[in-house]
Amino acid sequence: MMANTPRTVGSVITRCTAERRGALIGYLPVGFPTLDESVDAAVALVENGVDILELGLPYSDPVMDGPVIQRATLQALATGFRVPQVFAAIARITEQVAAPVLVMTYWNLVLQHGVNRFADDLVAAGGAGLITPDLIPEEAAEWIAASDRTGLDRVFLAAPSSTDERLTQAVAASRGFVYAVSTMGITGARNDVDTAARTLVERLRRAGAPASCVGLGISTAEQVRDVLGYADGAIVGSALVDALMTDGVAAVGELAASLARGTRADRG
Amino acid sequence: MTLRTQTGPYFGDFGGRFVPESLIAALDELTVAYEAAKNDPMFTAELAELGRTYTGRPSIITEVPRFAAHAGGSRVILKREDLNHTGSHKINNVLGQALLTKRIGKHRVIAETGAGQHGVATATAAALFGLECTVYMGEVDTERQALNVARMRLLGAEVVPVAAGSRTLKDAINEAMRDWVTNVATTNYLFGTVAGPHPFPELVRNFQKIIGEEAREQVLALTGALPTAVAACVGGGSNAMGIFHAFLDDLDVALYGFEAAGEGVDTDRHAATITRGRPGILHGARSFLLQSEDGQTIESHSISAGLDYPGVGPEHSWLASIGRACYRPVTDAAAMSALRLLSRTEGIIPAIESAHALAGALQLGRELGPTATILVSLSGRGDKDMETAAEYFQLTDAAVQSNAAPLAPPTRGGALPTVAVSPTYPLTTAEGDHS
Ligand SMILES: Cc1ncc(COP(=O)(O)O)c(C=O)c1O
Repeated sequence: MMANTPRTVGSVITRCTAERRGALIGYLPVGFPTLDESVDAAVALVENGVDILELGLPYSDPVMDGPVIQRATLQALATGFRVPQVFAAIARITEQVAAPVLVMTYWNLVLQHGVNRFADDLVAAGGAGLITPDLIPEEAAEWIAASDRTGLDRVFLAAPSSTDERLTQAVAASRGFVYAVSTMGITGARNDVDTAARTLVERLRRAGAPASCVGLGISTAEQVRDVLGYADGAIVGSALVDALMTDGVAAVGELAASLARGTRADRG
Repeated sequence: MTLRTQTGPYFGDFGGRFVPESLIAALDELTVAYEAAKNDPMFTAELAELGRTYTGRPSIITEVPRFAAHAGGSRVILKREDLNHTGSHKINNVLGQALLTKRIGKHRVIAETGAGQHGVATATAAALFGLECTVYMGEVDTERQALNVARMRLLGAEVVPVAAGSRTLKDAINEAMRDWVTNVATTNYLFGTVAGPHPFPELVRNFQKIIGEEAREQVLALTGALPTAVAACVGGGSNAMGIFHAFLDDLDVALYGFEAAGEGVDTDRHAATITRGRPGILHGARSFLLQSEDGQTIESHSISAGLDYPGVGPEHSWLASIGRACYRPVTDAAAMSALRLLSRTEGIIPAIESAHALAGALQLGRELGPTATILVSLSGRGDKDMETAAEYFQLTDAAVQSNAAPLAPPTRGGALPTVAVSPTYPLTTAEGDHS
């Protein structure tokens, strides 16, 4: 068992800031290619420099996801992935590494499990909280209550198209960080991370966000370095999934190590 | 407040906006534009003019006594949305949303389509207004509705076959949403039914409610009374909400939605969302849903592409929950029987979707008896379904020649009673059960 430090996202981001660097957040879907390998791959991410894990729950209708993540999550479902397995996976990951684990999930899966029950099971497994791509703060009353009761982190999204009023609302509703969507679009590696991301992070800061992490399209150490020049964290997804899909767990570790080099440049 | 004045985002516990934050600005923009347009006499006049001079509104009603002879002797009256330009009710909604697109200054429209009727209507409106148009359609549907794919392409639209998931309407919507998230600055999503995130359920219903408003007056003029019951098929539920809406506060008028039971609601191949589903979230709204214990959407099945959808509009879930409308399943076999019956008794070939409402009306008529008047939403015509029907009833020359009897019983549907001598007509007979 790792040291009993609280696994909140906020504490990790604070630590990273103290180290004068940004946080690297790595996404992988649970259950892909198998439950065991997804656990091993998540552990490998942390061992190679990922600070926060984002574990995606496979869902039948992932409207925010591009082709790579769709292929992985639909394969996990086709091979029989069941939602409660995420709790076992988190327990196994948190036994081995200290990074906080956020679950990225479309809302119906939480709703059907029961919002309070999901929160309790997540706490019991050692999870840190949820990223909810299709839940906006206006629809989130039950989750806000459950996460307040349990102390779980809750990450809402902010988009370049969000009004200032909505950014303020996302900041107020989030705990841990606000997920700044880098570009108008879905997950998938891109050559350019939009300049819209920089503007959005700046707007979030003005809206009072203690921490903003940028996701969508980041796939190289250079992009990580670039994003961490203005944001508190960089979120990498499709590139890691692609590596896992084509070359397996060891390759994911190598990619994570390479991405982590992007976090080391001095900030400012 | 009356039932008719109900607005989004919530209908009771159903509705809302469960979508990525990236889409909220566009949904808000659409909501604001629609609220302004609704109260703008210019907009309503322009839409009404298009209805008159382009769609062919008002659509007529047709009483069908030879068909009704199989419906317990009740009067059956069809609201003829099949006669609209492009062949279904879908054009009503599309013209409204295309006008809105112009108002918000976007030059590209996207749409999902199942049967292809909404896609054809969208491609038509895009041609009329000079908009760029992309239509997403599941691969299963591009195959079974090939004629409509050709129509859309002829009209200048790009048709994108969707290979993901069940390769039907559900996945076409996912793909259209992804396009919208990416291109929302230039693109308006013309949603085809009363499902999806607010404001779509309310907006689409309001563009479709003309069906019921016209029909209510027309039936009153013809019979001197309101109908006993109103029947419509329910995929997402737009033709049904359209014809129900004017009657919502006429509590003596019974409202029946007919869902696709596919091969039977006790099999795993059906699309009977309210009959067999439970509340959950799909495509941005909380509503009844066919889903696994975990909340994964279950693939639906129906011989009718337009009803092959595991979700349903939130206003229907609400009407079901308060008991104002009643939702029943109709099998593939019963729908196909009704399709053939209407063709042979009245010379009207309905869409397979609409045939579900006809099958439902046959059963209702037998329950309600000779004093009843049943108004049926004939939401579309059957041209697009001729390939499916030809195969189902073995109507091609090759099939006819290889069978002794020209209209041999279909391999899957089972024998049908001869139209002329059958006083009662089976809705869900053994022929629908393939268990
Ligand atoms: C003729 C016809 N009727 C009904 C439907 C089902 O849609 P809704 O339930 O929204 O009316 C369709 C959909 O494609 C259709 O083409």
